[in-house]
Amino acid sequence: MGKVGKIARRAFLIGSAAVAGGVAFGVWRVKTPWPNPLEQGLAEGAATFNPWVLIDAEKVTLITPHADKGQGVAHVQAALIAEEMDIEFGQFEISFGQPDKAYWNRALAAEGAPFLATDEGFTAQTARGAIGGLIKLIGLQITGGSSAVPDSYVKLREAGAMARETVKKAASEKTGLPVAELKTAQGAVHLPDGSTLSYTELAGIAAEIAPVTDVRLRDRSDWRLLGKPMQRLDIVAKSTGTQRYGIDIDLPGMVHAAVRVNPRQGGALNRYDASAAEGMRGVQKIIEVTGGVAAVADNTWRAFQAVEAIDCDWGPAPYPAEQEAHWAAVAASFTEERLDSTWRDEGDAGVATADGTVEAEYRAPYLAHAPLEPLNATVRVTETAVEVWAGQQIPRQLQVLVAAITGHDADQVIFHNQFMGGSFGHRLEFEHVKLAAEIANQMRGVAVKLTYSREEDFAHDFPRQIGMARARGAVTGGKVEAIDLQVAMPSVTASQMGRAGLPGGGADSQIAAGVWNNPYALPHFRMRAYRVPELAPVSSWRSVGASAGGFFFDCFLDELIHVAGADPMAERIRLMAHDPSRKVLEAVAEMSGWDGPRPAAGKGRGVAFVESFGVPCAEVVEVSVVDGAIRIDKVWVAADVGVVLDPVNFENLVQGGVVFGLAHAMNCEITYADGMAEQSNYDSYEGMRIGQCPEIFVRGLENGAKIRGIGEPPVPPAAPALANAIFAATGKRLREMPFSKFVDFA
Amino acid sequence: MQILVDGVAHEVDVEDDMPLLWVLRDELSIQGVKYGCGIAQCGACTVHIDGEAVKSCQVAAADVWGEVTTIEGLGQPDALHAVQEAWIAHQVAQCGYCQSGQIMLAAALLAETPDPTEAEIDEAMGANLCRCGTYPRIRAAVKTAAVKLKEAS
Ligand code: FES
Ligand code: FES
Repeated sequence: MGKVGKIARRAFLIGSAAVAGGVAFGVWRVKTPWPNPLEQGLAEGAATFNPWVLIDAEKVTLITPHADKGQGVAHVQAALIAEEMDIEFGQFEISFGQPDKAYWNRALAAEGAPFLATDEGFTAQTARGAIGGLIKLIGLQITGGSSAVPDSYVKLREAGAMARETVKKAASEKTGLPVAELKTAQGAVHLPDGSTLSYTELAGIAAEIAPVTDVRLRDRSDWRLLGKPMQRLDIVAKSTGTQRYGIDIDLPGMVHAAVRVNPRQGGALNRYDASAAEGMRGVQKIIEVTGGVAAVADNTWRAFQAVEAIDCDWGPAPYPAEQEAHWAAVAASFTEERLDSTWRDEGDAGVATADGTVEAEYRAPYLAHAPLEPLNATVRVTETAVEVWAGQQIPRQLQVLVAAITGHDADQVIFHNQFMGGSFGHRLEFEHVKLAAEIANQMRGVAVKLTYSREEDFAHDFPRQIGMARARGAVTGGKVEAIDLQVAMPSVTASQMGRAGLPGGGADSQIAAGVWNNPYALPHFRMRAYRVPELAPVSSWRSVGASAGGFFFDCFLDELIHVAGADPMAERIRLMAHDPSRKVLEAVAEMSGWDGPRPAAGKGRGVAFVESFGVPCAEVVEVSVVDGAIRIDKVWVAADVGVVLDPVNFENLVQGGVVFGLAHAMNCEITYADGMAEQSNYDSYEGMRIGQCPEIFVRGLENGAKIRGIGEPPVPPAAPALANAIFAATGKRLREMPFSKFVDFA
Repeated sequence: MQILVDGVAHEVDVEDDMPLLWVLRDELSIQGVKYGCGIAQCGACTVHIDGEAVKSCQVAAADVWGEVTTIEGLGQPDALHAVQEAWIAHQVAQCGYCQSGQIMLAAALLAETPDPTEAEIDEAMGANLCRCGTYPRIRAAVKTAAVKLKEAS
């Protein structure tokens, strides 16, 4: 098929318009697209039109490179392509593909710029373009920041449309009929005489012709799949126990490994004695790894038992041993030297600091991610290649880090991404994959599956950063007048990017997230962010900075509203300066009957609004006091994502996000003692069980200018809405999570 | 020792105290059964022994007292159990990792209490955790499954 000669011609990426925006730096390289990885190793007679569609004589494969942690993004990516490609579920397979620069994340790139998501002005857009160019330069393929849908929305539909038009052109060449007389449906080209040619039949011809790149996307009103309830591709497998995850990898001759790494994260292994473990049944090898030991056995449980039997002497933690010292470090960081950035400074902040004003201090603890599937990775190292099976969200960086351990080139690392049993940010990290690579590198030729025990997973969770806020505010004439809010946190971005070997730098917007980006028009508002010196290593936790910042800002606003004697809903709506945001507040007001009868005695209702990842989200929580304990009865949520691609999955993710936010606010924290996390399993980090789960009513709005992801935005408003509801019911202000320190939950 | 799993007898040579969970997963490659905590907190490992829901991480291999049924024995993609059908109809799963255990627990609940109240559903299903927060859909699916099972009986 003359494949080699055609590579240059097909080496394009769709949607290069995304880099428009007047980027001065590196324009030429930015505009040079990464080659289509599917061109390599393309079989005779197979056609690929772009990095997302592959057709051969047997089947159509759609590549869905965004990692699926349970958010259903494999399904959504496939649906975006299938919509334009006129192919039905069941007529194609999906593959996560190989990591490649071509799958760089445009949406996350755009949002790396420090401008309000609600700001569509020229400067903001230009900066987004510049940062986007940078991420494109390094080809950063990442799933995170609720960016999978925004990243995919246009380019995957274009990919589908290009595939469709190219196959039509192939059919035209085969039949001599003009393209205009051809139609597509159900994975086939339909000829005027009613006969059909399937896409797979046309693959051979399509591979020979230049792809059609000039396509127009269909109007929303013509969508067959998108915007309507869809049955998720993975739903049958996930309801029958047949979905396989990384932890289920089973390869010929595979051995099972367990690790124990210094629970004082980053601390050294001084010495160890493995004599008790060595003779245990099924144990094949004890291996020293970075900061700890590994046991390799013929069964996961035997490996767990063996590694527990190793007597280890651990060095001290490279951060304060006791939790109190962590808090002291945060409290000591509200100083000029530690000022990371003044994010907002409008009006006269002095108004908020005059006498007779309201003052409060807030705290948010360390939190573990603790997805239900413990961390695991399977690695096989040979002289010429390294194969890795794991669920991971930054696959190209994984290749680089693994290659550095085994001494291969990064492109010799073949990565098989896996469906994940949850992540919440946990699988943005690499340590477990690196440890598996260390073990496998010492057992070349053998596949090694490393499974963390739940206890090891907790001990080595890089938690959500702790943070504190100091706030002052003023009210006049029944209205909120001024807020001066300061947040101090360690930089999660610096901690995480440092481990990943990726560039960070600059002020960390995550210290300010959930506060600085609020779209209220307060007469006087100042927001200052302070960077706490690095403490325990920390990592992105579902909704990142906004999970704490949203709590700080919204609860303090609620305090001021009560001091002003205003209605919590009406005052938020009055202050709101962004139209789609006002509409989500109005929506939850209407859904919850806010303006109807007041809740009965012993009940309370709280509202909160937080914008994160460009999504305005408002929640109303209703609680009752039952025998002195708080019961969460109902939650109403409205969020604006611009376009709701699948209303069922949208509702599920919103409900899950609310549960996640409430659960951790209720009773979860990680604390350090003797340098180690004190919580080691779900008995000391329980979260929410079904009996505590409220009824959750969800509405998706579509007034926003851009399409957004919904994975994270429902999390930040949940904690403040709960705290505000508890105040309404009991008169007790909760300024520190978890709330179980101060109230009981039924 | 012999154990009977999903209608098939297996001879396994393991320590008496190896948890059933690991016998199933690593010795018999029945991987629909999941490991989540190992300490009876999460229920991802739930299977039936003689129809009773048990946490397989808490049952020693030597103590298995009857026939084991796993999610794979309850139903298959082309021969679904009513509870699985309800789970699909309500699109309960997000990551899905907890759902084998949730479905096994629900099936055992409905076998014993065909018409559970909301409180009985919460009480029984409270044994298992879902970190993705699919609880509203679990509740709805249990109710749908109850109706389906009654219609079928
Ligand atoms: S693994 Fe058995 S209850 Fe969690
Ligand atoms: S669906 Fe992910 S833990 Fe339940």
